[in-house]
Amino acid sequence: MSVVEMFAQLQSGLSADQDIREEIRKVVQTLEQTAREILILLQGVHQEAGFKNIPAKCLKAREHFSTVRTQLTELATKFPSDQYYRFHDQWRFVLQRLVFQAAFLVFLESEQLVTREAVSEMLGIECDREKGFHLDIEDYLSGVLNLASELSRLAVNSVTAGDYTRPLRIATFINELDFGFRLLNLKNDSLRKRYDGLKYDVKKIEEVVYDLSIRGLNKAQITATSET
Amino acid sequence: MSEKEGSGTFKRYKHDFKPPQRKDGKGGAVDSSSPVILAFKSFQHELDARHDKYERIVKYSRDITTESKRTIFLLHRVISEPNKDDVLAEAKKKLDGVREKMKQVAQELVDEDVYQYHRAITSGLQEYVEAVTFQHFITHRALLSLDDINRQLIFENNRNCRQNINIASNNEDQTKQNILSLQISHVDYLLGVADLTGELMRLCIGSVGNGDIDTPFELTQFLREIFDGFAYIGNTGPYEISRKLYTLKQSLGKVENACYMLKVRGSEIPKHMLADLFVSKSELLEHDDGMS
Repeated sequence: MSVVEMFAQLQSGLSADQDIREEIRKVVQTLEQTAREILILLQGVHQEAGFKNIPAKCLKAREHFSTVRTQLTELATKFPSDQYYRFHDQWRFVLQRLVFQAAFLVFLESEQLVTREAVSEMLGIECDREKGFHLDIEDYLSGVLNLASELSRLAVNSVTAGDYTRPLRIATFINELDFGFRLLNLKNDSLRKRYDGLKYDVKKIEEVVYDLSIRGLNKAQITATSET
Repeated sequence: MSEKEGSGTFKRYKHDFKPPQRKDGKGGAVDSSSPVILAFKSFQHELDARHDKYERIVKYSRDITTESKRTIFLLHRVISEPNKDDVLAEAKKKLDGVREKMKQVAQELVDEDVYQYHRAITSGLQEYVEAVTFQHFITHRALLSLDDINRQLIFENNRNCRQNINIASNNEDQTKQNILSLQISHVDYLLGVADLTGELMRLCIGSVGNGDIDTPFELTQFLREIFDGFAYIGNTGPYEISRKLYTLKQSLGKVENACYMLKVRGSEIPKHMLADLFVSKSELLEHDDGMS
């Protein structure tokens, strides 16, 4: 085979790759759109009015996740299933964001940390690599770290809205999370960088708890709620 | 409990004010049997395993790189010397050793997504492509194709563990399960070939030193073909390819100038002095490249 023929063959391989990337990019764009819509919905809880109808907002957000599921199913059809990591970078960011949103949603509903299995189910994807389009563990952890910074914000805003007990619950939750992350031996990568920010979120929430407790505000709330 | 160290450095005074409160807050968190902690423990194992594998592959990749580089140096000694066959035989032995290493990489990547660890191995693969195509050029004066390279990278697996490589369908097929392979991607191949052109340029300059007049012309023709090939690909490939294309152009310029010199001055100057003339000229060229 002549050199030119060989290069022509390689070129067709490369442009086939490029077509796949193009297809993926299109689906990822629709995913990003849905993710933005969910974000706007969930951001509502930081407003004073938002605190009163968290369950309603959660229900609405959950509806959007069904769109996410169909879009992710579509994404999975755009490339050979054994080449997940070849194109991983293209959906990494949006997937992390969706994990965060799912985790935030679950926290608002039940104040629990969403498990990796549960997120995968919410997103309509697999948990194990062997089974197809899956949720990479690092993406899951990144999403959870995003949750931590969102919760430190929520703690501040719930005090403003007059909810003095929520920051305490958030503090317990985030301390557990912090303890969990300490178990991991992270490499010096983007996940590690994000983990380094976790301590500031922990600090912020502890400050809020501190402010409340020296003023006796959290206790007042507890007695008030137990009376009613 | 260990959290206190982290936050304590920021707000040491907090301990003085409300130690009992903090203890309450921590009670649940440090419980090492809570579902969250258990989940994170399993994450720890998963991440550690992944990082370990990555590091092992990086080590293999480094070995492959150094051994391939040595093979290339070895092959540079081959030119028109009487011991050509010995050197080629030794190069072949070295490359067999490299392939043995690649087999081990393939073994690491069994049941894994190759692309997940691609960054660990890519530099080794490129160097291998460079070495093996160089060897092929010296023996056959032709470019070794990607398919031929990949065909050499299919190994018999003598371990009796469960294998399925790349093709899901050989799950059932017991005989096929004993085959390991490490396939080189288009991009790695192209980058390796781009590096090869640098070696060919060196070979061209070197062969003049040996008084070999024909090899430079052959090499130039071959380099032109490769350059045309890369021009055909243009910017469809990733960014690294277009960057290498620039260096390739420089190499081609040097080689073409060499041929020009040989043609013009070759008849005027005694053969044994050609090298001197040529070295000074090529140094001049390199100087020019630095300036632009």
